[in-house]
Amino acid sequence: MGILAWTWIIVGLSFSLYIAIAVWSKAKTTGDFYVAERKVPPVLNGMATGADWMSAASFISMAGLISFLGRDGAMYLMGWTGGYVLLAMLLAPYLRKYGKYTVPMFVGERYYSNSARVVAVCCAIFVSFTYVAGQMRGVGIVFSRFLEVSINTGVIIGMAIVFFYAVLGGMKGITYTQVAQYCVLIVAYLIPAIFISIMLTGNPIPQLGYGSTLSEGGQQLLGTTGGYLLDKLDALHKELGFAAYSGRGAKSMIDVFMITFALMVGTAGLPHIIIRFFTTPTIRGARASAGWALLFIAILYTTAPAVASFARFNLILSVNNKAYEQAPSWFKNWSKTGLVAWKDKNGDGKIQYAPGAAFTGPVVFAKGPDGKVEMGKQGEWLVKTPMTPIDKSKNELYVDNDIIVLANPEIAKLPNWVVALVAAGGLAAALSTAAGLLLVIAAALSHDLIKSILIPSTSEKRELIYARSAAGLAVLVAGYFGIHPPGFVAQVVAFAFGLAASSFFPIIIMGIFWKKATKEGAIAGMVCGIVFTAAYIIYFKFINPGANTPAHWWWGISPEGIGTIGMAVNFIVMYLVSKITKEPPEEVQRMVESLRYPRAI
Amino acid sequence: MNDKQKLELYWKNNLLYVIILLSIWFFVSYVCGILLVDVLSNIYLGGFRLGFWFANQGSEVIFVILIFVYVKLMNNLDRRYDVQEK
Repeated sequence: MGILAWTWIIVGLSFSLYIAIAVWSKAKTTGDFYVAERKVPPVLNGMATGADWMSAASFISMAGLISFLGRDGAMYLMGWTGGYVLLAMLLAPYLRKYGKYTVPMFVGERYYSNSARVVAVCCAIFVSFTYVAGQMRGVGIVFSRFLEVSINTGVIIGMAIVFFYAVLGGMKGITYTQVAQYCVLIVAYLIPAIFISIMLTGNPIPQLGYGSTLSEGGQQLLGTTGGYLLDKLDALHKELGFAAYSGRGAKSMIDVFMITFALMVGTAGLPHIIIRFFTTPTIRGARASAGWALLFIAILYTTAPAVASFARFNLILSVNNKAYEQAPSWFKNWSKTGLVAWKDKNGDGKIQYAPGAAFTGPVVFAKGPDGKVEMGKQGEWLVKTPMTPIDKSKNELYVDNDIIVLANPEIAKLPNWVVALVAAGGLAAALSTAAGLLLVIAAALSHDLIKSILIPSTSEKRELIYARSAAGLAVLVAGYFGIHPPGFVAQVVAFAFGLAASSFFPIIIMGIFWKKATKEGAIAGMVCGIVFTAAYIIYFKFINPGANTPAHWWWGISPEGIGTIGMAVNFIVMYLVSKITKEPPEEVQRMVESLRYPRAI
Repeated sequence: MNDKQKLELYWKNNLLYVIILLSIWFFVSYVCGILLVDVLSNIYLGGFRLGFWFANQGSEVIFVILIFVYVKLMNNLDRRYDVQEK
């Protein structure tokens, strides 16, 4: 059976499973809808959190990103896992003790202020929408690559599925579909990684494999000699003029430090992650869920750097200095998608890989008058985009980040159904994250805005209807952004983390650990933190992108890492303002105190 | 020791655990994985340079262990001070 048939079958089966789970776990009350009636066992909640967290970007793009960044790529690996330690120890148990439904609600009650709550609602919605737009686009892209439908059709199919289980099942439906989605995505990620590891090093555990020596089979396959894989990769890099793969990268130490920190505290401040810890039956359960969640995430996050170095090694040895005709079949197949592209710059008929960009812009194929892509002498698809001058870079090869994961099954010569599984895994990753985000938006609208501020007399039954409508509306808006992606989607990921780091993280931490943090302090801190971070990012990303270089950055910190400073600004302002304003009311201080003890005191 | 003192002691103990565990968290990721990465990279762990390993895998694995240690410590502490959920 061909790849396409297998993909339809496996994607179809996984989608039917998600729908079946949604029907089985239909939400009957608002408690069901917002927090799954707090009946989710910790291990399952850990899996659901893992799927909630790992997005299309983690699944498809991260290994590729690391593959090209070398050691600097570790900032994503550490940054996107370390936040769970903060969540487990500083946030999850206390927010679970608080025992309500949403993050803005905690902010509103802890800071005895509806204005604080509204600011929190706006932040939650903004952060979630920037994130969800990318997910819907991701769904469309996976569909278009594997199922040969247009991106827009893919987005609409994805919308229909999410609409079904998020609107019907709420948090309950989302949680159990996420458990299923975690299983699909982790199997899809591990199988190719394990086989490539065996192929190159003989070690079935990829995490250990990339620190092992090459097996004889691996040496023969790639036509090289024995030795530690990473040492050989470093040597190859040196030969081609790249910085050593496992050595110092292009970024400065302070920037790597700041980006890692911003990603960690950003993770701990993301509402769709925090809210998952509201769903466990007990506080013990909330603590344990964070451990399970990170364990399940770490399975993928420790495999990713292995995949990255295997792919890098394989790519260089099987493509560099080879004629296109002799390049492996996966390379030729994927060059039709534009994810890899080659054009002969020096006219020797061979593919040269070197530092620097091969082309001056995005890859566009040259088309003849009949609308067909023109072919070169060796059957390669000709690229119209001009090449960079040869004295600037000898590089003739364009490689997209995403290819590293997408081409894995073919590199490992695995059967067609594994390719199909990778497609289903990418979809699972994107859909599960989208659903979690949509729920945050729905709850912020129906619970925080309508029920608590605008129409407090809303009945439980009506609120459930509002919640469902809000979820439906959010799906439509997210789908719209998926079809018409605002040009800035790629730029705003820094925004989502920077804002979460500079707004939610400090005010929640202070709200829990410092009884005397006041309303005025929290609002001033949030506003200063957000304005500082947003201004820095907007200036370098939108107003003056030309100046977005280390020479112009403050203290050498890139816009991706500025959330760390924004967080510090928030903490300091909140502390100072709280010191000079009136203490919080007695009952708020008592509430904060009660959060410290699992049992009601 | 009255109840109030007992509760305060529980909270102090909790903070002590968190401070110790977060110091390890900081040490493995920021000190070993970023600040001292070049120094540690002169040492080998199998085929890995040690600094590279900490940044790529070591930190993540230690993070997971830290959370489970925290869960165990806190569950015991809850019982010792009799503040556990019923």
